[in-house]
Amino acid sequence: MSVLFNASLIMVHVGEKSGEKEKILQKLVAAFPDTLPPYSVLWKAGHPVEVLLDACVSENADLIILGAIQREELLKYYVGSVARKLTRKCPCDVLLLIKPSVERIPCSHAVVNGLAHKKTEVAITRAFYVLNALGANRLTIVEEIPEDDVAVKVDDDRSLRKSTIVKERITLREKTRVGRILANIPPQMKANVQHNIQPIFGRRGYSIGHFARVKRADLLVMNAPQAHSVWDRIFPHDLEYILSDLPTDVLIVR
Amino acid sequence: MAKASVFTGLRSNIFAGFVVSLIALPLALGLAVASGFPMVAGIITAVVGGVLVSILGGSYVTITGPGYGLVVVLLSAVSVLGDGDIHAGYLYALSAVILSGGVLLLFGFLRFGALSDFFPATAIQGMLSAIGVTLLVKQFYVMFGDMKTKGTVLDLLVGIPDLLKSLPHVSDGQLYAVGIGVVSLLIMFSYSKITNRVFRLIPAPMWVILLALGFDAYFSIIGGENPISKTLLISLPDNMLTSMPTPNFSKWQEPAFWGIVLSITLVSSIESLLSIKAVDKLDPEKRRSNINKDMKALGVATIVSGFLGGMNVGTVISRSSVNVNNHATNRSSNFFHAFFLLLFVIVFQDQLSRIPFTSLAAILVYTGYKLTAPAIFVRMYRIGKEQLFIFLTTLIATLLTDLITGILTGLFATFVIHVVLNKAFWLFSRNLIKPNVLMYKENETNSYYVSVIHFCTFLNFYKLKAKLDKIPQTEKVVVDFSLCAFVDHTVQESLHNYEELFIRKGGMVEIIGLDIHETDSSHPFAVRTLRPVQTLRVFGRGKTRRQQQLEALAQEKGWSYEENPNTQKRLLRDYLGHETTSVERMYNQLSNSNKNLSLFDITFSEGVFIAKESVQTTLLRVRLNAPVPVFSFDREMLLEKLSHLAGFHDIDFPDYPAFSDDFYVRGNDPEGVRAFFTPALISFFSAYGFYHILCNGKELLVRQFLRPASAAEASAMIEFGLALKKKIDG
Repeated sequence: MSVLFNASLIMVHVGEKSGEKEKILQKLVAAFPDTLPPYSVLWKAGHPVEVLLDACVSENADLIILGAIQREELLKYYVGSVARKLTRKCPCDVLLLIKPSVERIPCSHAVVNGLAHKKTEVAITRAFYVLNALGANRLTIVEEIPEDDVAVKVDDDRSLRKSTIVKERITLREKTRVGRILANIPPQMKANVQHNIQPIFGRRGYSIGHFARVKRADLLVMNAPQAHSVWDRIFPHDLEYILSDLPTDVLIVR
Repeated sequence: MAKASVFTGLRSNIFAGFVVSLIALPLALGLAVASGFPMVAGIITAVVGGVLVSILGGSYVTITGPGYGLVVVLLSAVSVLGDGDIHAGYLYALSAVILSGGVLLLFGFLRFGALSDFFPATAIQGMLSAIGVTLLVKQFYVMFGDMKTKGTVLDLLVGIPDLLKSLPHVSDGQLYAVGIGVVSLLIMFSYSKITNRVFRLIPAPMWVILLALGFDAYFSIIGGENPISKTLLISLPDNMLTSMPTPNFSKWQEPAFWGIVLSITLVSSIESLLSIKAVDKLDPEKRRSNINKDMKALGVATIVSGFLGGMNVGTVISRSSVNVNNHATNRSSNFFHAFFLLLFVIVFQDQLSRIPFTSLAAILVYTGYKLTAPAIFVRMYRIGKEQLFIFLTTLIATLLTDLITGILTGLFATFVIHVVLNKAFWLFSRNLIKPNVLMYKENETNSYYVSVIHFCTFLNFYKLKAKLDKIPQTEKVVVDFSLCAFVDHTVQESLHNYEELFIRKGGMVEIIGLDIHETDSSHPFAVRTLRPVQTLRVFGRGKTRRQQQLEALAQEKGWSYEENPNTQKRLLRDYLGHETTSVERMYNQLSNSNKNLSLFDITFSEGVFIAKESVQTTLLRVRLNAPVPVFSFDREMLLEKLSHLAGFHDIDFPDYPAFSDDFYVRGNDPEGVRAFFTPALISFFSAYGFYHILCNGKELLVRQFLRPASAAEASAMIEFGLALKKKIDG
């Protein structure tokens, strides 16, 4: 991965340094004979979340890559796994990989959120950057519009017609907004990536995950969430849906 | 939209209201007596309902009045609350009716119109059948002149032979009444088989009344007394307005009282909601009822009816369908039905009191029979053995206990069966509260796409329903269940209703992704489970709706159709970029007579290590007569990742810059491909740019989506294949 971004790699191992573990690591590294980027190994004992967070800050990392389980157990859901905690607290971008494979599967289709949020512009730009680096060529910008925005409750034919008109108006508005963001992205970045916009009326944060699954996207790029509390997990919203049931690899942009 | 005036088609509405009132009169009287209420209560219910709901309601051609389901609950309410004293029980029951009207009104404001969707269809059917059995058995006794029967339904059922044996010992007065009752029952049963137009001018219940009145008239002409004993003739109060009862609310602190309020509300609202839904399908103007508004109107009407001494006001299906058949166009027919009903009672009060109870009971026996006819049992068995089990469980539980316990038992039984069928509790427990439906408008086809994951049963159907309700019914909708592990009967039946609604308005609902689910039944709406299939196996006997549609499509085109899967692991191997793709199975194959065109669904996964979900899609294979260059054709760069690995590059067509920009054509023989793409072919491909085409030199594979195509899309693909073959082979 770091080869593609021309970055240096820091492997962080949480735990005591020992000969046996080092041997395993050496073996792993040896599997990449020629393409190996500059790398270093950090050995540190302690709680995984804290160690990794410290490492991010001290090494001034841009991206942290984590393996994650696709579906969380109920207990984990409320207590929180390492991956999840990091996702929330990490100061840099986080890439969650759900299905690491020995052979690299070419990534071809990414989905990015297009919410009306100040971070969205960063997320979309970052998505274009990542796609270019990975050599992927399709990007779908999904705008999730909560049903509550359509202030018409559908009861009969007349209210249905009204709500359809309101929806069309919102769709148009959203498309112009995303269009403005797209206009700010350098053309050379857009040249190799085919992008389209898909508005979805549905629960925010959930719909995009389901969409990524249906479209069999390889990467999902999301805004980082705001502050979290236990309430967010009891009444899940936004990113929580995706984190509890990862549809694909997820990149969280900070 | 200009609001249609109430006065348009006033004449046809007055007529429809008149015909309905002919049926409503005997039913209102009969249902009131069967509920343990005074006779006039039924009339009050129908009149109040007709007037208020026609003003406040949100549906169009429904008729309101006393419902069948209520008979059972109200009768037990009167006997339980009154402790044997029928009049005291009636006053208590009235207060329960008023409160249930309040609850119904609240439901309307809380937008609980979807209430009936939370119960499994089979359990509701079981409950209705239990009501039918109760009605049938109790009224059977009344029909034989036995007015004072008590005991559970099962006791009564066992006692029927004794009842028949005691018949020769009764008085003459009773015997005449029984005779009229039995003849009335025969009329009810044979009415649908008689096609005489004059006979059919008058509805069956009215014939029953006419029979009774004619009997009376005969005796008055020959100068004698009506031989039927006075106790068996119905009696109306002399002056209905002065005899208004006062509801007794003094039992409001007792939990049993609230249990009754709850069950009255539940039965009344479920019956009304089912009726409204059913009537919407009959409406010739295809309007959609505002269910919540109608619930509010029914609530208000019930409160008023309760204060005047009437029963719960509900929407009733049989009277509504008569209304539609007589060309009613709006709610005014409901108003006129009430008006005529009132008129009859005032003008013919004297005549009405000559009708024996037995003829009213005959009408109700027939109604009860319709609710629990053997055909219903057969239908349940056809859908699946487990549905019959749920049905019988609910039926028996309702008969042994009460309605609320019965329907809850049915609900629980359904859930247990779903868990057993899936052998997995976690599927339900883990995903119950999570959202599971995605809906969006596809940019390419401009149709709506709805995808459902995890499972879809009565437990979470409301989520899918909420989405479907927001789609204009003139649009095309594709519902995809391929990521859904379990779909139950309730959902499929409701979706079938949506299919009908959409077709009536020019839209379409198509269901895809259910074909590889397993089932044990041959019914198209049987429960379907997706289990990880390790070995290839022949599917269950049942075909899904989509399979039936595909089969019909094959017949229409004179093609052969084979739904069972076969392995063709290497099917895609010699195609550009699909060298590692292994096809798990190929099914639903349609092919033409000389096998050079075929359309089929496949399930494939890319690679082995990659734990990527396997993909279902529909492909069209065109075998060509002459060899052509190897190429791929594609608008989006979907196949880019695959082909650039194999060293293929985009082939430009210098003469056709627009075509080159829009589409990606790749191959290992650029010259050959350029020669192959003649101007005619280029314009043809441009017109059908939404298809992806792969060619291995001998065959073409055409694909539209990464999901199975609906029957209509499959048909379009076949047309495209035929045209394509003609273009290339000449």
